[in-house]
Amino acid sequence: MQSWPILSLVIWLPILGGALVSLVGTGRANVARWLALAVAILVFAVSIPLFTGYDAASGTMQFIENHVWIGAIHANYYLGADGISIALILLTTFVTILVVLGAWDSVKDKVNQYMASILILEGVMIGVFAAMDALLFYVFFEAMLIPMFVIIGIWGGPRRVYATLKFFLYTFFGSIFMLIALIYLYLQTHSWELSQFAALPLSATAQAWIFFAFLAGFAIKVPMWPVHTWLPDAHVEAPTGGSVILAAIMLKIGGYGFIRFSLPIVPDASQQFAWLIIAMSLIAIIYIGYVALVQLDMKKLIAYSSVAHMGFVTLGVFISLALVRVAGDKNAAYLGVSGAMVQMISHGFISGAMFSCVGVLYDRVHSRLIKDYGGVINTMPWFAAFWVLFSMANCGLPGTSGFVGEFMVILASFAMNPWVAAGAAFTLIIGAAYTLWLVKRVIFGAVTNDHVAKLKDINPREALMLAGFAAGVLVLGIWPEPLTHLMDASVRLLVDHLLVAKI
Amino acid sequence: MSLSPTILLTIALAPLIGALIAGLLRNQIGRLGASSAAIAGVALSCALSFQVLYQLVWGGAETFNQNIYTWFQVGDFSTHIGFLIDRLTALMMAVVTFVSLMVHIYTLGYMADDEGFSRFFSYIALFTFSMLMLVMANNFLQLFIGWELVGLVSYLLIGFWFKKPSAIFANLKAFMVNRVGDFGFILGIAGVLFFFHTLDYASVFAHTDALSGKTLELFSGHAWSAATVICLCLFVGAMGKSAQVPLHVWLPDSMEGPTPISALIHAATMVTAGIFMVARMSPLFELSETALSTVLVIGATTAFFTGLIGIVQNDIKRVVAYSTLSQLGYMTVALGVSAYSVGIFHLMTHAFFKALLFLGAGSVIMAMHHEQDMRYMGGLRRYMPITYFTMWAGTLALVGMPGFAGFFSKDAIIEAVHESSRWGSGYAYACVLLGVFVTALYSFRLLYLTFHGKERFVVEHGAHGHGDHGHHPEPGHLAHPPQESPWVVTVPLILLAIPSVLIGWYTVGPLLHGDFFGAAIRVAAGGHEAAQEFTGALAMVVEGFAAPPFWFAFAGFAVATYVYLFNPALADRAKQALHPVWNLLDHKYWVDELYQLVFMRGGVALGRGLWKGGDVGVIDNILIDGTSAGVGRIAATVRWVQTGYLYTYAFAMILGLVALLGGLWWVVRT
Repeated sequence: MQSWPILSLVIWLPILGGALVSLVGTGRANVARWLALAVAILVFAVSIPLFTGYDAASGTMQFIENHVWIGAIHANYYLGADGISIALILLTTFVTILVVLGAWDSVKDKVNQYMASILILEGVMIGVFAAMDALLFYVFFEAMLIPMFVIIGIWGGPRRVYATLKFFLYTFFGSIFMLIALIYLYLQTHSWELSQFAALPLSATAQAWIFFAFLAGFAIKVPMWPVHTWLPDAHVEAPTGGSVILAAIMLKIGGYGFIRFSLPIVPDASQQFAWLIIAMSLIAIIYIGYVALVQLDMKKLIAYSSVAHMGFVTLGVFISLALVRVAGDKNAAYLGVSGAMVQMISHGFISGAMFSCVGVLYDRVHSRLIKDYGGVINTMPWFAAFWVLFSMANCGLPGTSGFVGEFMVILASFAMNPWVAAGAAFTLIIGAAYTLWLVKRVIFGAVTNDHVAKLKDINPREALMLAGFAAGVLVLGIWPEPLTHLMDASVRLLVDHLLVAKI
Repeated sequence: MSLSPTILLTIALAPLIGALIAGLLRNQIGRLGASSAAIAGVALSCALSFQVLYQLVWGGAETFNQNIYTWFQVGDFSTHIGFLIDRLTALMMAVVTFVSLMVHIYTLGYMADDEGFSRFFSYIALFTFSMLMLVMANNFLQLFIGWELVGLVSYLLIGFWFKKPSAIFANLKAFMVNRVGDFGFILGIAGVLFFFHTLDYASVFAHTDALSGKTLELFSGHAWSAATVICLCLFVGAMGKSAQVPLHVWLPDSMEGPTPISALIHAATMVTAGIFMVARMSPLFELSETALSTVLVIGATTAFFTGLIGIVQNDIKRVVAYSTLSQLGYMTVALGVSAYSVGIFHLMTHAFFKALLFLGAGSVIMAMHHEQDMRYMGGLRRYMPITYFTMWAGTLALVGMPGFAGFFSKDAIIEAVHESSRWGSGYAYACVLLGVFVTALYSFRLLYLTFHGKERFVVEHGAHGHGDHGHHPEPGHLAHPPQESPWVVTVPLILLAIPSVLIGWYTVGPLLHGDFFGAAIRVAAGGHEAAQEFTGALAMVVEGFAAPPFWFAFAGFAVATYVYLFNPALADRAKQALHPVWNLLDHKYWVDELYQLVFMRGGVALGRGLWKGGDVGVIDNILIDGTSAGVGRIAATVRWVQTGYLYTYAFAMILGLVALLGGLWWVVRT
């Protein structure tokens, strides 16, 4: 297995496959669909050996590929993956299949180009998760914007121009600072290797500057309060598939960045400013929860819900510093970081599923407004069953994936400070309030209008797509051990590294 | 001899399999197939549960404590799914599966005309599985999983008739109030993990000294006993699930669900989960006098003040619902004076007689063509004798008639409170004693209004079609005369009436005065000890006639009999004379209105303020004013220049490339 460059395959297969799909031409939509589905399934199949072949006991970077890329500036095509990366790569390859299935009929215009964009985006995002060279990471990080920009800009809603520009400027603005920080680190080490960055001693001042530069890049991606306002707009205008990828995978790159960059490279500054991130995370969970409560647009509601749920990711990551360095409780720190990771994977399934569900309704009624629905269960009982399942997952019901990560983070944060745990646990109340109120208004009740009365229940393709998400939500909720085991040793290496001061 | 893990797994999974078959294949196998699958699963589970109870009590089987699989392992911390089966668990399993089986059979009759028949069976079988996961857990994680899953099923079942606005309001309310409880519960669990580094019951309870002297400084300068903080947090969870004041508001509204689940979930089993949980955690609660006093006062308040509301209700199910609240308060009081075994004893007897009363009320509702208002009933004893007699049996058990099941358990609670010297026990004693009067008053009022007196309904032959449920243009007008319910309804009533009458005789000795629960329940030295002079159930009954609770109950009976049987006009006059009191009770102390104003309207207003003020106002318009204005300008410019859409692509590409090349150029130069 090791002889195959699996990481290169899962990066370039979808990109080349996407190029191939775009060459099919706009006239042959069905060929484009089936070809895209075949490529997505093939990529998922190729990514499975990452899970089965990974030595989880060691937790190190594996499946290494290292070639000179731009010799003059010591940039290498350097790929590798540990348990953390592999979990996110598998999420990407799995969700992409469901996105292709979901876009089957709902995209009618230039199907080949849409499918091509999705596949290319998949490859680039996997590149982000696999890059061990900072410059390579940055290139993938920026390149990711292009297909997403196209997806929203071409297949988006009426205000897509505003949304795409807001999305682009926000994220681009953040990543500039990150680039400057990376260049600074390169000048110090004459290398782009992340492991070199992590080993580099840095003064407190330098760490603080770098910390905030990374924060600018990643906080906008997550997105954290108060730089989250691009997300609801982007979601509202994006086509369903774009929303699913954005919520399910792209936001995770922010959380991944904190874990891969901020923690190992500037641990002392991360500890110093952990209170800031923790405060921002709790604001995301509580404040954004209240904002989600009053949304009128289903997609906006779910977008705000995403911001709140991603608050658990940043919370879990940054309590680990206080836990390991101040409280001396390594096990709680492992629990916090693992909880953050589980939350990312889980949120991938749940948010993807929720946006897909909205897409199913939008395809039929062409409205995202809550007031245009009511009593959907009467005409779409199977769809309603899926929706209720995903909603329960969204409010963290045990037995679904939504519970696992939140539970771990709440438990871990109690060890740091019971009040932080109480703030995080508030999601039990507010999360249930905005999610189940949505269920009440959209799904339950008597049929409210003719559009709802004429609804047809999901067809087999839609059922298959939603069943895919449901499988992820349930398997992870009933038995999270395979996922936590995959990441456990990698999380330990990461947290143990935090004990070493770099000043 | 030890218990077999295979049998325990079968007990838990059989109802789940039944639920999945009934739920997912309901279109393929039809109503008969779905109901058979669910009933078969629960029946198997019930039979095996009784076998397990037998093995533990008479067969000499050891306590079973074993993990089934690892849920997750992170660092040195691992969580599991596993079973702890001691006599406490086995008793709960037997009660849960037996009542569940009765309710399953009853449902065949009650839901016969409902289009959601198969879905209903799927839900109640799923409930049985969830409840079993809860009681069989050997760790806090699984307890919480089961805890929330029963909440989910309760949500689904309260909103079962999802077209009714009141039903989908009630199920959201129930879920939300329970979530407030779970907020406390999860923090309690987090506290347990923090101090014990494990969530396994056995390990936690074996090292409770790890908490002694430990404090948490929640407010700077104020060190709180860790045991108190943890127990109070856990108890908040119990308050939610077991509907204790001030988290009681969801239970009366849960009556929007079909009657069988009111009996099963909202009377006999799920709502008692909080009682079970505190009893299970007795080794922790014994560490904190403060927590136990809190439990005591809240339980006593619930027992008395919710019972009062029951007196003014006209909906037959709501009377029973408030009675349930009040009885849950009694159980909580027992916990508060460290009489855990008495609390569990009352939980068991209550499960039988309250399920009986609910199912009896359901039988009445069927006969009345889904009319629930007692003002349009009366004289039904002539039409439905089996329901009538079993309801009487249940009522006598509820009011604590010496010899009936409820007598043994309720008297034991009152006795335990009387002997307790814990802070708050004086108040609690007054509450539970006055509560006995109140209980008798509303219980006999229900019987008289429903079964005795004049018929206050009119039978209009041919006025309505068949199966015309719940659509009465005029209340109290029936298409057919009321009639006794079919055997699938009456047989469960009879089977529940038997333990309601008899079970106290056989269980009071071992449960309260023997060492039935063994190590499952731990009471600190100097805590509650059963009265020494126990000389058998018969002596207890004889003494019961002379004890204060009997006379309080008799007074309630006498007042109810005089007012509702012999002098009905008096009730209206009393209502006029005591109007402020009546108004207070009729509005349930205005608690619902208060919560709606503060939490629902307040929450929405806060959300709107944060959204319009914070997100749109401050962040978008002020903080990034330049950026967003810039976006607007650029967008306008681009829109003016371009007519197509490829500009976006090009624009992104170019900006990205410029940034990258610029950066590289700068690097190479330096």
